[in-house]
Amino acid sequence: MQDLGIRVLFMGNNFIRLLGGLWITIKISLISVVLSIFLGILLGMVMTLKNPITRCITKVYLEFIRIMPQLVLLFLVYFGATKTFGVQLSGQVSAVVVFTLWGTAEMGDLVRGALISIPKHQYESGAALGLENIQIYRYIIIPQTLRRLIPLAINLTTRMIKTTSLIVLIGVVEVLKVAQQIIEANRYTVPDSALWIYGTVFFLYFLACWPISLLATWLEKKWKN
Amino acid sequence: MEKNEKLLEIHHLRKDYGNGPVLKDVSLDVHKGEVLVLIGPSGCGKSTFLRCMNGLESIQSGEILLDGQVISGDKTKWSEVRQKIGMVFQSYELFPHMTVIDNVLLGPLKVQKRNRQEAEEEAKKLLERVGLLDKKDVYPRQLSGGQKQRVAIVRALIMKPEIMLFDEVTAALDPEMVREVLDVMLELAKGGSTMVIVTHEMQFARAVADQVVFLDGGEIVEMDAPEAFFNCPKTKRAQKFLNTFTFESKDE
Repeated sequence: MQDLGIRVLFMGNNFIRLLGGLWITIKISLISVVLSIFLGILLGMVMTLKNPITRCITKVYLEFIRIMPQLVLLFLVYFGATKTFGVQLSGQVSAVVVFTLWGTAEMGDLVRGALISIPKHQYESGAALGLENIQIYRYIIIPQTLRRLIPLAINLTTRMIKTTSLIVLIGVVEVLKVAQQIIEANRYTVPDSALWIYGTVFFLYFLACWPISLLATWLEKKWKN
Repeated sequence: MEKNEKLLEIHHLRKDYGNGPVLKDVSLDVHKGEVLVLIGPSGCGKSTFLRCMNGLESIQSGEILLDGQVISGDKTKWSEVRQKIGMVFQSYELFPHMTVIDNVLLGPLKVQKRNRQEAEEEAKKLLERVGLLDKKDVYPRQLSGGQKQRVAIVRALIMKPEIMLFDEVTAALDPEMVREVLDVMLELAKGGSTMVIVTHEMQFARAVADQVVFLDGGEIVEMDAPEAFFNCPKTKRAQKFLNTFTFESKDE
């Protein structure tokens, strides 16, 4: 037992520290997701407009964000904004800014897709029954849009949780960084702790993402038309 | 006689999408209890004409009256008018996120604010009439095209409309399902419903119509009782149109 790296996990408050790191990860993801959903819905509605100017701007934004690796975006905001504009953003705030920029683009495209996938005839057959416009949205269009959207939005959440592991590189102490610190601190006493600690991190990510992804699959099946 | 009472009047209707008129100066009266069938080559404006009748398409000039009231003005409360003018579409357009019975009940409960129990009783009765009572709790995706279309008819009927519009309701159906839908419509016609039907089914048009209206190039070219129209059409254009439905045998 003496040599098993797993004992590092239970030394001092190491495990609690890991959970604390996971909380930072999840907090940044959740704030970004909530902001992304809100802004993404707005962006998605703007993207369905026929106006060539908004169309062009949103398209450039979407392509730009999608092509750019998130890490480059993180560096750009964290280091670039500070030097060039004199804005002092903490690592966590930069992370939220970048993930919101990214999430809004992804969400906007999902919302646009969900909105244009509702056929024009659905509006018309509601109108033909004598429903008022607001009732058509309330009972026919929004429920269908949400059903298409929610599973996709949940998947975006899991992708975001995974991608937050990049923020180590701008100095945010989240679950992965805590793991590194624990391993480094015990490098001489327990040299093989890396497997165990990173293994634990792996399971923590899994435990955070798996239920979310199960929920998405379940909702998708339930609402499949 | 009740039949002479004008239910829907259309005076000098003109419809233009911006690149030439689709309908030019069309006038038509629909009397109570009458079944009008609109036929004509595709693109002649017959579906557009139908959609103008319940305001799904705006019109550029002319007038539409329902029960003697102008409904084509700017101040029309379409949600009230459309309760009196039921419409069934080519692609059924049931609401996919609702069960059959909820599809049928949406109008009565949310538009007419009827009592749920009473509306549900009537919904069941109507579904039974079209042979679909056992499907009341399934979702539209589990139904065949013909079944969906019958539900769509029930959904329009439960509003107790004064007039029903049918827009090529069998055009998207497999041939073996056309009959079950047409039978429902024939039954409605026999029951004295006022109907305006756009269709490509000439046999059906002949059987169900009181008047056949032939549209071509955005205007009414000929209007007659079905026997007279199909047996000896008066205009060249109608003759030419009807000829496209017959084939010459290869031996001749």
